[in-house]
Amino acid sequence: MNEKVLMKGNEAFAEAAIRSGCRYYFGYPITPQNEITEYMSRELPKHGGSFVQAESEIAAINMAYGGAAAGGKVLISSSSPGIALMQEGFSFLCSTEIPLVILSVSRGGPGVGTIQPGQADYYQSTRGGGNGDYHLFVFAPSSIQEAVDMMARAFEIAEEYRNPVMIYVDGVLGQMMEPVILPKPIPAISGDEISKLRPWAMTGTGGKREHNVIKSLYLKPEELEARILDMDQKYQKAKNELVLCKTEGLKEAEIVFVAYGSTARITEEAIELLAEEGIKAGLIRPVSLWPFPYDVFDQIPDTVNAVISVELSMGQMIDDVKIGCRGRFPVSLSGRVGGILITPPEIAADARKALGVRA
Amino acid sequence: MTAVFQYTKGMLPEETTYCPGCTHGIAHRLIMEVLDEKGLLGQTIGVAPIGCSILAHHYMNVDMCESAHGRAPAIATGIRRVQKDKIIFTYQGDGDLASIGTGEIVQAAHRGEKFTTFFINNAIYGMTGGQMAPTSLIGQRTTTSAEGRDKDSAGMPIRMAELIATLDGAVFVERVSVDSPANIRKAKKAVQNAIEVQEKRLGFGFVEILSTCPTNWGLNPVKSLEWLRENMIPYYPLGTLKHPGEVK
Repeated sequence: MNEKVLMKGNEAFAEAAIRSGCRYYFGYPITPQNEITEYMSRELPKHGGSFVQAESEIAAINMAYGGAAAGGKVLISSSSPGIALMQEGFSFLCSTEIPLVILSVSRGGPGVGTIQPGQADYYQSTRGGGNGDYHLFVFAPSSIQEAVDMMARAFEIAEEYRNPVMIYVDGVLGQMMEPVILPKPIPAISGDEISKLRPWAMTGTGGKREHNVIKSLYLKPEELEARILDMDQKYQKAKNELVLCKTEGLKEAEIVFVAYGSTARITEEAIELLAEEGIKAGLIRPVSLWPFPYDVFDQIPDTVNAVISVELSMGQMIDDVKIGCRGRFPVSLSGRVGGILITPPEIAADARKALGVRA
Repeated sequence: MTAVFQYTKGMLPEETTYCPGCTHGIAHRLIMEVLDEKGLLGQTIGVAPIGCSILAHHYMNVDMCESAHGRAPAIATGIRRVQKDKIIFTYQGDGDLASIGTGEIVQAAHRGEKFTTFFINNAIYGMTGGQMAPTSLIGQRTTTSAEGRDKDSAGMPIRMAELIATLDGAVFVERVSVDSPANIRKAKKAVQNAIEVQEKRLGFGFVEILSTCPTNWGLNPVKSLEWLRENMIPYYPLGTLKHPGEVK
């Protein structure tokens, strides 16, 4: 039943969303995630769902807002400059508490940049460019399987917290093929079920209840402050409940890497290279980027000499790594940009440099 | 005693935030009255814009959401996919629809989205304090065209109904005014027609309603109606531009 198939990342993510009960997708083509849009255009109608090719990412996120506010289970996806345009909508969706899953398949920037993979959208994903006090919940899987498994959970979290959830991968995971076990499909909700399960949604009053209003405007400052404090309770709860992180070899480590997504897999190979030279390196792999697993850094023993943030950026997660380290260790960056993947020997070389060891 | 005129069920008993003499109230009432008379209030979903009428959901007794600047047609597009059997409308002003949201309205009309847009054109930005709109008339003084709108730098006022009518997906397009009892009756008829077109899912419906903004025009309510008649109607002619089965 749970068959193992060889699939391209983007197609596997789309299929996982459909199997998680998603029936609505609104998108605009942008590389390297076009397979998601194409897959949804083919497959959603077969499942009684709808696909709309929007005229822009701004329209796409607003269609998603409308669909989700009307009670639909909605996925949206894009890549770096497209996500930038959607950020207006992210702020609105957070403030109106509309559940939605966002798949961000990042490439190298800034600007148009390149269609090759990059991780320079860490700030964009975890800090956001939309206005106001809001947060997306951001998860960064490092394999297609992990992303596929995360999809159903992302919809659950979005529903439970009534907040958008982002799955943030880079173009490597979107474009590569891996064997993957797809989740068992769960039934979609429709019609009267929507009104029952999502009583807040715009489904028409039917003359049976007060009218539902989905709003983010609060003209009285005290009302808005109360609203933001309410939202913050949710975000504080998320900090307790949604932190996800994997660690390897911290206890024996003399140096610790921090890496997420596909970069974490490259770093694991670097750790093997260093082991051959007798250098013991550990790994912290944040899976939730917001909330960030700061507490995990307390597990790093005082005997560690250096911490290296490995990123396909000029150093963005490194800020969170420094917060996590609380000044206990020197923190440096190992990374490549411009769409170039860092290699295990390059990471190993940066580790030797940080340790003051010659090759 | 027989009541000859009473509060319509679609309007909530709220005091509106609109300025004295503003015609938003008339437009609100016409839409809600038509939906009530058709027994559709319980099946209707509305999208409010950015602008003075962002608070339309305070007054209209149907499920509604707010939208970001100009995005109401995209939002309505999403709602339509999930709530296939509902009546859906957007209510938008000229800054919202004819400026920042031109892309969304043109593309929604182009796709032939099965909802209705009520476009309130008062030729000025109201809520932000009287700046020039794309629909401001040549020579019209606003806070960002203090010497009067100049066509060389600001272009000619945009006629949205005519623009929308060129798109195949738009099947009902009419421009009305709410400056006189006779015109208000015609406006109601246009709203009725637009909703009927939507009930039959024939395509996109667009009703442009010429309206006043006494506060930002710097005129009293009566003078505002005169200004609308003398200046707006000649440039924005009233009438049906498109009706299913016939193009006038």
